[in-house]
Amino acid sequence: MALKEAPLPAPQRTPRPPAPNRPSGMQRKDAWWIQPLLTALVLGGFAIYATWRTFENAHYRFGPYLSPFYSPEIVTGWKVFGWTISPALFILPFPLFFRATCYYYRKAYYRAFFWDPPACGVSEVASRRGYSGEREFPFVLQNLHRYAFYFAVIILGILWWDALLAFDFHGKIGLGVGSLIFLANVVLLSLYTFGCHAWRHLSGGCMNCFSCSGAAKTRHSLWERVTHLNENHALWAWLSLFSVVLTDLYVRGLATGAIHDIRIF
Amino acid sequence: MPDQITLNVFRGDPESGGEVKSYDVPTFVGMVVLDAIHSIQAHQDSSLACRWNCKAAKCGSCSAEVDGKPKLLCKTRVDEYPSGTINIGPMRAFPLVKDLVSDVSWNYRMSAKIPPLTPAPNAPMPFVMQQVDVDRVQEFRKCIECFLCQDVCHVLREHHRSDAFFGPRQMVRFAALEMHPMDTLNRREPLKGEAGIGFCNITKCCTEVCPEHIHITDNAIIPLKERVVDDYFDPVRKLIQIFVGKK
Repeated sequence: MALKEAPLPAPQRTPRPPAPNRPSGMQRKDAWWIQPLLTALVLGGFAIYATWRTFENAHYRFGPYLSPFYSPEIVTGWKVFGWTISPALFILPFPLFFRATCYYYRKAYYRAFFWDPPACGVSEVASRRGYSGEREFPFVLQNLHRYAFYFAVIILGILWWDALLAFDFHGKIGLGVGSLIFLANVVLLSLYTFGCHAWRHLSGGCMNCFSCSGAAKTRHSLWERVTHLNENHALWAWLSLFSVVLTDLYVRGLATGAIHDIRIF
Repeated sequence: MPDQITLNVFRGDPESGGEVKSYDVPTFVGMVVLDAIHSIQAHQDSSLACRWNCKAAKCGSCSAEVDGKPKLLCKTRVDEYPSGTINIGPMRAFPLVKDLVSDVSWNYRMSAKIPPLTPAPNAPMPFVMQQVDVDRVQEFRKCIECFLCQDVCHVLREHHRSDAFFGPRQMVRFAALEMHPMDTLNRREPLKGEAGIGFCNITKCCTEVCPEHIHITDNAIIPLKERVVDDYFDPVRKLIQIFVGKK
């Protein structure tokens, strides 16, 4: 379907406004740079930590606790040039795919790393002539976010199983601080995953009429619940990122003997 | 709040160039920036150009940039700037007319290109809509067409791609039509093509500046992107459609 012809001339690419429209001294003067800087530091820090843990390939299991970076537990023993391939390399691409294509994280890293834009109303240092948004490779791959969601749900199911196993101490139900950390982690990951924009669309947002059938009403009810989670998607995105790191750090601490798990019962 | 503030106001037009002029203006309790502009016009310089109508944040006329941020002058209180100095300029994404007035006619031309609501020919009249269906699209009807979202959108403001992207305001209009239960048109082809939704990279500035607090990104642009994905980027869905034989 073609759009209607406008009653006025077709749009032309707007020339850069003349100098009078861009006077100096009219730029933002608040500390707009704090947010992208913090985002870059936290996301960059996570990337460094995750890479280090991936290639460390050790200290990821202690008792009933299995680090989320290494779950599900894969044992291959495959080697490349004498180096045993870390199983995390087979696992982490899936959650990474989910977070990298997440609509919230896209906003965060486009601002923090690409400065496109760094903040609202702030000039991009060098406005790239070839800006194409998410129309060309690699950013056109953002459109596969719903597939990342499908994989994330599978991984989440495995992490729920791990969280349940974290209450299993030699065949008896027990409760350690680690059990609570595993439970909190998987709850936060669930709140993040099921508040996903793609899931919001699939659950009911793709419909135009919410009242037209019984099935539509059921999906509307689901859509409303997902929308409720989606309103705080950024919060769940950050909290679940921190909880994954904390859970992994806890398991590593136990496995290396740096800390001891406190058993409540 | 100080008894007097200093307004640095952009003055000029495309022909004669421009400069920033300073004006000292006495303040009063509850004063907004538009009051200060009116004070300048009334007591210091009647040639200062500023577009406004309702002074109630409902007409969307007094859009400008205050300290570099797109805002409605009538909704921006002077006491938000305790330093006592406020910089005011025109919207940068649009051609300058004079002083604080920009030419926003491009927005109306793009809006006119979007096919209007198209119910089925045999649809019962008048429309009866359930509240549950009204709720979602009603948010989009709050738009006052101030075009602050267009002004802050970096695709238009920084990359000047008004030839390829209709901007957030028109995405809201697309969403209002696409999600309307009585509408029968599929606008995804032009949405992906001429309207250029792929240019948006979800940085949410449009949502941040919207004076009507419309969730432009979360409720309009992202759902539209997902609908485009349905038709163009979802091979499994395509396969299912082929086998089931329905769209």
